[in-house]
Amino acid sequence: MEGHKPHIVDYATQVKVWVALVVLTLVTVATAEVDFAMLTVAVALTIASVKSVLVLLYFMHLKFESRILNIFVIVVMLVFLAMIVFTFFDYIFRLSHGS
Amino acid sequence: MSTNSSAGVHTHRDDEAQKMGMWFFLFTELLLFGGLFLVYSIYRFKNPEAFAHGAKELNVVLGTINTIVLLTSSLTVALSITAIQKGQKKLALGLVLFTILCALLFLVNKYFEWGHKFEIGIYPGSELLRAIPPGEALFFVLYYFMTGLHAIHVIVGAIILAFMARYIHTGFINSDYFVLLENGALYWHLVDLIWIFLFPLLYLIH
Repeated sequence: MEGHKPHIVDYATQVKVWVALVVLTLVTVATAEVDFAMLTVAVALTIASVKSVLVLLYFMHLKFESRILNIFVIVVMLVFLAMIVFTFFDYIFRLSHGS
Repeated sequence: MSTNSSAGVHTHRDDEAQKMGMWFFLFTELLLFGGLFLVYSIYRFKNPEAFAHGAKELNVVLGTINTIVLLTSSLTVALSITAIQKGQKKLALGLVLFTILCALLFLVNKYFEWGHKFEIGIYPGSELLRAIPPGEALFFVLYYFMTGLHAIHVIVGAIILAFMARYIHTGFINSDYFVLLENGALYWHLVDLIWIFLFPLLYLIH
């Protein structure tokens, strides 16, 4: 991954990724009509996450970038996730204590 | 660092560092929208019915079309990098121009979408929003703020891509020096990434 020669991503790979992204979009629109009760949000966010990983890896070339850049991206995602999880801890805790 | 002996000038270049700088900027953008996603999630958690009711008002068809427009534009700008790396200048230029066209199409759709909402009285500060339950009004204010901030990014992205098109045309961006195009494309992909989450959260979940 450390190579200084730029990695050329071929056209076919990127078109395949695009097809996958469009299919996932149609899947998420179709599943929105189905009621998964508590899981509705989870299903939508899981599909969105899969789509964003495809964009990050192939369109944004992270798959072919240096390891340090990949680590940076993962750390930022974890910080963001922690921000959401801890804020929700607070709200759910307050809710369960009725205030 | 390398020396360009034929021209007799000393050039310093580090494409890796330029790209890393761009990624750092993208991280700040991610946390900006991340904060908004958090605000949205908390208020949705506190007003589930009102948010679900508000989301029903949004046009899923226009939202889906715009999602596919953005995904396609992300593909074409990614392909333009491959084209410039292979030395296919005309193809690269065409692909970037097509990407800009997609950006404009996205904005035209957004104009019709927002225009319709304004017509039926749903806009920040309207009489209708003051009359409906506060939770629902909050949904529409967040809808306008998040899609509005995203639309500003679409406009900025289109301007950046216009510069890229010019640089490809003049040969400043070429098969040997294309990190600028890569960074411009990274910005455009970020705009796409944010929409990938905005679309289900605002339009689909109800």
